[in-house]
Amino acid sequence: MYRYDKYDQAIVDARVDEFRDQVARRLNNEISEEAFKPLRLMNGLYLQLHAYMLRVAIPYGTLDSRQLRMLAHIARRYDRGYGHFTTRQNIQYNWIKLAETPDLLADLASVEMHAFQTSGNCIRNISSDQFAAAAADEIADPRPYAELLRQWSTLHPEFSFLPRKFKIAVTGSAIDRAAIQLHDIGLQLVHGPDGEIGLKVLVGGGMGRTPMLAPVIREFLPVADYLSYMEAILRVYNRHGRRDNIYKARIKILVNDLGAAEFARQVEEEWAQLKPLGLDPPPSELARIAAHFQPPALGANAPVEIDLSNPDFANWVAVNTHPHKVPGHAIVTISLKAPGEIPGDASADQMDIIADLAQRYAQDEVRVTHAQNLVLPHVRRADLFDIWQVLVSAGLATANLDRASDIISCPGLDYCTLANARSIPIAQKLAVNLAPQEGDLGELKIKISGCINGCGHHHAGHIGILGVDRKGEENYQLLLGGSGAEDASLARILGPGFDENGIVNAVEKVIDRYKTLRADPQERFLDTYRRVGAEPFKEAVYG
Amino acid sequence: MPRLLTGNRLETGDVLWWSGSDWSLHLNDAVAVDDEGEALIARLGPQERINDLALIDVDATPDGWRPRTTRERVRAVGPSVRPDFALPSLPVESI
Ligand code: HEM
Ligand code: SF4
Repeated sequence: MYRYDKYDQAIVDARVDEFRDQVARRLNNEISEEAFKPLRLMNGLYLQLHAYMLRVAIPYGTLDSRQLRMLAHIARRYDRGYGHFTTRQNIQYNWIKLAETPDLLADLASVEMHAFQTSGNCIRNISSDQFAAAAADEIADPRPYAELLRQWSTLHPEFSFLPRKFKIAVTGSAIDRAAIQLHDIGLQLVHGPDGEIGLKVLVGGGMGRTPMLAPVIREFLPVADYLSYMEAILRVYNRHGRRDNIYKARIKILVNDLGAAEFARQVEEEWAQLKPLGLDPPPSELARIAAHFQPPALGANAPVEIDLSNPDFANWVAVNTHPHKVPGHAIVTISLKAPGEIPGDASADQMDIIADLAQRYAQDEVRVTHAQNLVLPHVRRADLFDIWQVLVSAGLATANLDRASDIISCPGLDYCTLANARSIPIAQKLAVNLAPQEGDLGELKIKISGCINGCGHHHAGHIGILGVDRKGEENYQLLLGGSGAEDASLARILGPGFDENGIVNAVEKVIDRYKTLRADPQERFLDTYRRVGAEPFKEAVYG
Repeated sequence: MPRLLTGNRLETGDVLWWSGSDWSLHLNDAVAVDDEGEALIARLGPQERINDLALIDVDATPDGWRPRTTRERVRAVGPSVRPDFALPSLPVESI
């Protein structure tokens, strides 16, 4: 894992001191709320429906046990004993007190973490593949590239006031677990003609009001020059992005208006000017960072065969573990989606238990997934049973990864000031109702947002649900056919909306229809939908 | 239609209701401010101790005030999905 050097630490510590002073002045009425609000937002502190909410950045979703224990400590000491893991691999606390925030941030800084650039029109936390360095299918660990981007984008003065927020995802694999087509910039490590490593560059994806999939603007970018190329993209955006209209300010609108080819041409032109200026760090800097991400020393002779005679354990292994690149090892996904619970929420005690497991069994690493689960990336298969038993006793052994009850849900109207409708109760009802048959349904991704901003990725759901406001009442639209993976597509609205019970019913009708339509028991809902289209589902729901 | 004055406490972010002379955490301590609302905001706003001052519409019911929108009912009680944190302003099930 990357460790802060003295510059990283100095920046973070100085920021805590600065914010402590700003908070004190606000509490003494020396500065107005109007002046203070942008300052607290720059430190991740929002005012939500019931209290302040703090969003803490988890760079590329990677934590060690020490950091996860600190997140647990913060939940206990400053919040109400829990936190919410988000689709951007961050964590949010819902009950923060302004006066205590500087102490909280100082605690975070002590484990090399912070909350800046988790709000505002800047480059946000860089997200990545939660299976990085473990996935059998990856070209290379994407996190050194993400870390260099983190350093480059942290407090970058030119990119602190972009037309709008900016989100970057990096993956090292052709199997897309990082939703790169739905980010402002998506980067994928690829091999060049001579086997050298480079990046495929996608620009202009996003969800929200105007969802779009990002087109590729460059098939192969040598890694030596990628920072100056990023700089060129951001410059073109900074110059032409629509600052006059918040709904048109994201880079996706610019790319779409110009067309991908013209946008790419402008980037290349800008890059030609920039590249000779020496903005790219020397190769030794990327090497220095990469040295922090050395693959863990995993025994090559670890046993592959394990005792699967306990059927519950065997089911969990089948559903929630993935093959590791080193034989005899596995990647474990810990579901934070026990049916009836709040998707993505973890108690401080659960965080501590997972931190202990990471330290004991998983090379001290934990990952956060964009589907709001946690991952132990490097585990010996021979240890899986012990891990599973601990998870069972902590209520964390739900075997539902990528299944109907593994629902992504934003906080919605239970917490969020921008919401039109509650998301969590819908997720809870659907999860409870669908869990009994989810084994039969196979992969099925349901994603729920409480408003058009799309924080719950509803446009990327095989089944998406969007909360809307109908004269002060909660109403829900049903969307079908989206995907945030390598086969990305945008879900489409099926028809008129429903109330809370109506939407749950409608989803159940869609699923019943799917069961009669699928070509064989292996055909996923998404594939059936793509094969037969929306009509049969419309008929099932509205017919 | 009765209107109440609400906001969030600067120090904590807590949802507060104007009770005539002070602020309360409990919806049922609120007094209807009706036409005086704007004047109260003009007076209390510049003190800079309460954020996001707003007037909201409620109905008077035998059990007390009932905000008209789901959003304000959730604000008054707490997240509907955490009944363990609910304030006694309204029954959580009735949000
Ligand atoms: C304080 C609470 C939140 C606020 C105020 C907020 C605000 C927003 C807004 C305004 C947008 C739309 C941006 C645009 O279209 O230009 C958005 C998008 C998004 N947010 Fe949030 N959000 C909140 C919580 C969350 C949470 C909890 C998550 C993760 C579960 C999240 C993840 C995302 C994602 C993935 C998108 C869509 C991607 C994109 O196009 O940017 N946000 N958010
Ligand atoms: S989608 Fe809307 S309701 Fe949900 S967290 Fe984002 S802004 Fe809030």
